[in-house]
Amino acid sequence: MKLNLTRRRFIKGVIASGAAATSTSLWYAANGASRPPGAVERLVRLNVNGQTRTVDVAPQETLASTLRYKLGLTGTKLGCNRGECGACTVVVDDIGTYACSVLTHSVKGSKVETVEGLESANGELHPVQQAFVEELSPQCGYCTPGQIMSAVALLRANPNPTREEARWGLSGNICRCGSYDSYLDGVMRAAEIG
Amino acid sequence: MTYMHIGKNFVPPDVAGKVTGRIKYAEDYSKEGMVYARLLTSPVPHARVVSIDASEALAMDGVFGLLTADDVYPDGETASVGLKILTNEPTLVGEPILALAAVDEKTAESAITKIAVTFERLPFVLDPLDSLTEGGPDAYSGGNTFVFRQGFASEKWSVDQVASFRAGNEPNAEPQQTFAYGDLEKSFAESSFVYESTFTTAGYPHHSMEPRSAMAYWENGKLYLHGTSQSLTALADGMASIVGVPPEDFVFINQATGGGFGQRARANSIPSMAIPAKLSQKINRPVMMRITREEEFTIGGARQGFQGWIKVGFKPDGVMAAADLFIVSDNGGKGGGADAFSAADAISILYQTEAVRFRGTSIGSNTGHRGAQRGPGQNQIAPIISPILDRAAAELGIDRLEIRKINTPQNGDVGGPQRTPFTSAYMPEALEMGAEMFNYSERIQRSRQRKGTKVTGIGVGQGYHNAGRSGMDGIVRLMADGRLQVHNGVGNLGTYSFASTSRAAAEVLQIPWERVDIVTGRTDRHLPITSPQDGSNSIFTNTRTNYGAAQDLLSKMKEITAMDLGGDMSDYEVGGERIFKISDQDVGMSFAEIAQRGVELGGKFTGESELPEELNDFTKLSVSRLAGQALMGIFHDSRHSNNPPGFTATFTEIELDTETGKYEIIDMVTIGDCGTVVHPQGLKNQLVGGAVWGIGLSGYERHLYDPQNGLPASTGYWQSKVPTMLDTPAKIKTGWVDLPDPENPVGARGIGEPAMGGVSAALTAAISDAMDGHIFNSAPITADMIINQAAGVSSDAIPLAQNNFRG
Ligand code: FES
Ligand code: FES
Repeated sequence: MKLNLTRRRFIKGVIASGAAATSTSLWYAANGASRPPGAVERLVRLNVNGQTRTVDVAPQETLASTLRYKLGLTGTKLGCNRGECGACTVVVDDIGTYACSVLTHSVKGSKVETVEGLESANGELHPVQQAFVEELSPQCGYCTPGQIMSAVALLRANPNPTREEARWGLSGNICRCGSYDSYLDGVMRAAEIG
Repeated sequence: MTYMHIGKNFVPPDVAGKVTGRIKYAEDYSKEGMVYARLLTSPVPHARVVSIDASEALAMDGVFGLLTADDVYPDGETASVGLKILTNEPTLVGEPILALAAVDEKTAESAITKIAVTFERLPFVLDPLDSLTEGGPDAYSGGNTFVFRQGFASEKWSVDQVASFRAGNEPNAEPQQTFAYGDLEKSFAESSFVYESTFTTAGYPHHSMEPRSAMAYWENGKLYLHGTSQSLTALADGMASIVGVPPEDFVFINQATGGGFGQRARANSIPSMAIPAKLSQKINRPVMMRITREEEFTIGGARQGFQGWIKVGFKPDGVMAAADLFIVSDNGGKGGGADAFSAADAISILYQTEAVRFRGTSIGSNTGHRGAQRGPGQNQIAPIISPILDRAAAELGIDRLEIRKINTPQNGDVGGPQRTPFTSAYMPEALEMGAEMFNYSERIQRSRQRKGTKVTGIGVGQGYHNAGRSGMDGIVRLMADGRLQVHNGVGNLGTYSFASTSRAAAEVLQIPWERVDIVTGRTDRHLPITSPQDGSNSIFTNTRTNYGAAQDLLSKMKEITAMDLGGDMSDYEVGGERIFKISDQDVGMSFAEIAQRGVELGGKFTGESELPEELNDFTKLSVSRLAGQALMGIFHDSRHSNNPPGFTATFTEIELDTETGKYEIIDMVTIGDCGTVVHPQGLKNQLVGGAVWGIGLSGYERHLYDPQNGLPASTGYWQSKVPTMLDTPAKIKTGWVDLPDPENPVGARGIGEPAMGGVSAALTAAISDAMDGHIFNSAPITADMIINQAAGVSSDAIPLAQNNFRG
């Protein structure tokens, strides 16, 4: 099986960030509401969904925490907070990335996209969103934003994937409801209508 | 029957929120002044809390308060099964001992490290058979088992009895539970092929994707709880009493739930939601309690594992004459679960066995707490029995599909210990349809064909779960603008049944779907009670209630029209959002006009009088709060008779590599018999979702514990091995029989649970086929077991081991 570009770059991206979260305490540490005494405020400019957002970020704060708890972008979900499930997947510089396993400080110069940024200004759904509605891909929906962002990244790198390539492209996203078949139906339809 | 809505796809109202990220799960809410709770959990598998010194923690800046078991149970914890809110006697690692609220989670975690808890360690046990052995440790301080109406007790077998069972023999100890029908001895005597063996099925966690986080606050004496549940009103009803708040002062808010699978159906399976509620009451601030994946593993429930013995006899013509089972089921750290009984019941139903005896004993272990998980019992036995059928077929010279057809349940049959008739049963049709889609007659020729180290395996499987309840309530309203509001208490756990069951009401009124609003998501929208949404019952139960409520509304609408336009109710019909005279269609009233007249008339038309007798209290409260506002249809469902079954038939082809123990699922076809199809896309999702669960049961999922310290080693997705997209086929083909059930007004029955059993039965049969018919007597069959078998090595270092590797 040929590993597609998106996935290979994604794996590299996670390793290079040096931030694979391994303990739950990191999550809480990463919420960052209390800074170590005397630390300088860390105001960071982030490019999120095409907008520049200025936000106070603790040194060890993960991107998922910043998005959810500082920027109110709760579409990005936390299923495991330790790089196992893909519920937190966002797109960083066109690459699907586990937001729970990346430090916010490491994406300062990057373009971050979350599920909230996909709709067009006039409220039209992104082709992947539209296809997932038409195929009724989600069940409980908790893994859906992650599946969508993985699909967006995949289709950018490979606009016409085979079903098998789509299967590998989304294989970093667990769905406990087992809706894999319907997600793949969604990706294939998105490639058609995209 | 031609329907306007039933059997048609539609866009459920929550899908847009799911693809845009706008829909909110409990953890997505926040509230001004919200503080955060963290848990101190048990580091050991069994202990007693001797003392808690939190003085240093409570003196820290940013700490607001503490909640302990003494706070929530001032009269002491009751000696009962099931998780407590908090406990002073943990019986599994990770069980919540106390909760602390602080300005943020980091502060809460730091404060918790300053709390000195003194534990008295108690003996622990991981494998129920070790506990069952005379002198073995007990999981609970009152014993190792819980006897209904009697409390905790200690159940022991002699060392020889346990050793004999582990060595593969029929247990000769007294069981706790039993049922039997038919003449077992005679049926075995008439059998020409008898298979007998011990077997194991592993326990494993539910691991719903959304951890069971919850947020609570109190306003004007009312508790508002943002939580997670798979049954909105049924869970809310129970949760009010767990928290100790009157139902009228409790608002449960639950727009979306990230998966349930049995452990969010009832309030007592998710008492942790009471922690932020009680803490918030104590410190008078909104409290958010986020739950981690590890915590979800611990308090999120698990399937019961089985250590069993089975003996099955077949007559020369392939009829399953007798089945005899003895199952020791693993009750885990908190007791609970009746899976073993359901396993024997399922055999009786699926194979129409002439004589069945079930004997069962439930024993605790200091492992994950057990409770219903997707097809509890029916599904564990599915992969055990299926290869036995194939062995019998081979021995008797009968085709593998044929032996299933010979024993299939069908219309008019009965099943289970009470010999209960089915409401309807179309398993023969499901087998036929699946065989055709799978091209069984050609595919079976490929069985056991080898290409190098790769072998083809073919499997056929069947799944069953009873799939329908009744006796619940329905509320619908016709609004002044002529729109229909369906008040639906069904939870939103991903099946879309809150929406698909609402379509039964739309069907009655022949109203376009765009003119229907589903009122749900929070209990202060005044919803009717539903059954807990377990047991694949929602589609059956709540199409009945919504249909009934809409019928009541329709009859009131006709009465109003007849009152205003003359004639009798029976002179009128519904269509085009009007009630019109059958003899002159121009004479009629629009839905909006009728709705407005209804409000003018009041009384029974608006829920102020003449309510159905036996309306449940929960529904009565909702009706009283809605009374007088709009024209209402209110309904209390009577009880149906007989057993509405959900059935599946699955066919699969795998290619198994004997060198790696891995297999690729080349093809899979799974067919549902669930009465009339209400929502094809929703049904397809249940079938493919169940298939993924079946693949997990057959090949991957299991509890692993460190035997020395009792620490769980499979707290995450990867270790407990929830299947990923790469463990499942790129395409699962689905189909359905689509024949109506007479006990449901739209003909529907449930499917969620049997969807898993059929696949697990088929996949395990295919693995066995690829391994020359070897029966592993185990679920899961992992790659290492396959490699060992291929190398001629037994994988049973510890026979019948539970909560650990099999050797
Ligand atoms: S939450 Fe990030 S991978 Fe699971
Ligand atoms: S839709 Fe529920 S976890 Fe994927």
